[in-house]
Amino acid sequence: MTRPAPTITDDNRGFWEAAHDGRLVSQQCSGCGQLRHPPRPMCPYCHSIEHELVELAGTGTVYSYAILHHPQHPAFSYPVIAVLVDLDEGVRLLSNLVGVEPGDVHIDMPVRVTFDETEAGMAVPVFEPMGSST
Amino acid sequence: MSAGLGGAAAIVGIGQTEFSKAAGRSETQLASEAIVAALLDAGLTTDDVDGFVSYTIDPVEETELVRALGTPEVRWSSRVPYGGGGSQGVLLHAAAAVAGGAARVVVAYRAIKARSGERFGRAKVSTRPTSAHSGSTASQWCSPFGVLTPASWMALNATRYMHAFGVTSADFGRAVVQLRDYAATNPNAHFYGRPITLEDHQSSRWIAEPAIRLFDCCQETDGAVAIVITASDRAQDTVAPIEIAAAGNAGLFGEEIASDHYRPNLEVMEGSVALATQLFGGGFTRSDIDVAMIYDAFTPVFLMQLEALGFCGFGEAKDFIADGQISPAGSLPCNTNGGLIGEGYIHGLNLTVEAVRQLRGTAVNQLDGPRTALVAASRTGVILQRPL
Ligand SMILES: [Zn+2]
Repeated sequence: MTRPAPTITDDNRGFWEAAHDGRLVSQQCSGCGQLRHPPRPMCPYCHSIEHELVELAGTGTVYSYAILHHPQHPAFSYPVIAVLVDLDEGVRLLSNLVGVEPGDVHIDMPVRVTFDETEAGMAVPVFEPMGSST
Repeated sequence: MSAGLGGAAAIVGIGQTEFSKAAGRSETQLASEAIVAALLDAGLTTDDVDGFVSYTIDPVEETELVRALGTPEVRWSSRVPYGGGGSQGVLLHAAAAVAGGAARVVVAYRAIKARSGERFGRAKVSTRPTSAHSGSTASQWCSPFGVLTPASWMALNATRYMHAFGVTSADFGRAVVQLRDYAATNPNAHFYGRPITLEDHQSSRWIAEPAIRLFDCCQETDGAVAIVITASDRAQDTVAPIEIAAAGNAGLFGEEIASDHYRPNLEVMEGSVALATQLFGGGFTRSDIDVAMIYDAFTPVFLMQLEALGFCGFGEAKDFIADGQISPAGSLPCNTNGGLIGEGYIHGLNLTVEAVRQLRGTAVNQLDGPRTALVAASRTGVILQRPL
């Protein structure tokens, strides 16, 4: 049971290459400094097409969650804990929460990033409760 | 109203196939059957039709449709982006086309085999980076995390909504009980003759906890519906025209379709707020609405739209429903066919057909002479009105 690999595009390649190296990054506009996720090819505020990939601290809180029971896909073990994480830098990420019982998940829970392997030797950022050890 | 189109166009015919779990024929055939039925209802023929509009997700090819129907010359056609959230946009497109003279008679249609064909509710990993106008979502940011279905995408918004306003699964259940009551007396509904209690809802299995149980999900359905639209002056010659009194489309910056996860405040459906501003900006008020059809793909978005459209305050839809306001005797009877949860999921366009029936006085759960109806589906919506 391995996660499906992320789909790489010209717009998102930097994010997934960083994840493969165990780093969580966000696009930052070179024109106006805005962070943006998901990655996009142009800044909607200043129309710059230049950006850096800046490393994020990987800490944040659970903005929302859903414990997914059905339907089930063989690549995942159930229930899947889906989360939206608001990172400290102000970027929101859709991910999974790991290392926690479904009944203990709650909004505003402090979490930090870790990485989980996928098919094709890639990796995705997932989150675990702050203070837990891996 | 969008750009002064109010009253320029009317719905003059409605048609549909049976709704089932296995249609046993192609979407092109389903669409063709529904369109012929709608034209018969309008007193028109395929020779009169010169325009078509559907959703980008619809699988029926325009060229195939023309060859099945024998329409001599298509002068105009269009597609509204994605799926159900754009469903009422077909009426805005059609109204603009006939008001502007680009077409004389437009057919809006949706044909779907959501049960026997490709099911929305089946867990499948997409390798496409974007939705490719499939009406699903930007799957690249969801698939690697097992967030694979519309229920799982929307549950993330719904959990936040529950948290923000203290809404419970039982609050959703009260809405479903009413929808199933409507469906129970609708022979066309999947859940005809099968009302439920709140306890039945609360014991249905979790799909996406704590927001969506099995009975909160719309019914994946096979079938097609079609709606005939023409300019108001021409509509006067038809049997039962229903005016498109207002039509709106609100696609906002920052808002995505089903995976609408990146706005700051997900507990509010801001596209529906903007839609209401459009629809109620031209002289209509909420109290003018005698009956409403609100896109109920999943129960939470039904409550969230009641609030965003301004029929109650934010966080108050649960009380609005508990007070019976969406029942036949309430201030805003809603989804009187049972909705997408009770009747079936023809991707929102069966709600439009039900609104027309209510205004004509031919619905199975007929209300007492409604004149003005709202049909709202997330970012798109219309106000329909029976001429005096
Ligand atoms: Zn910028």
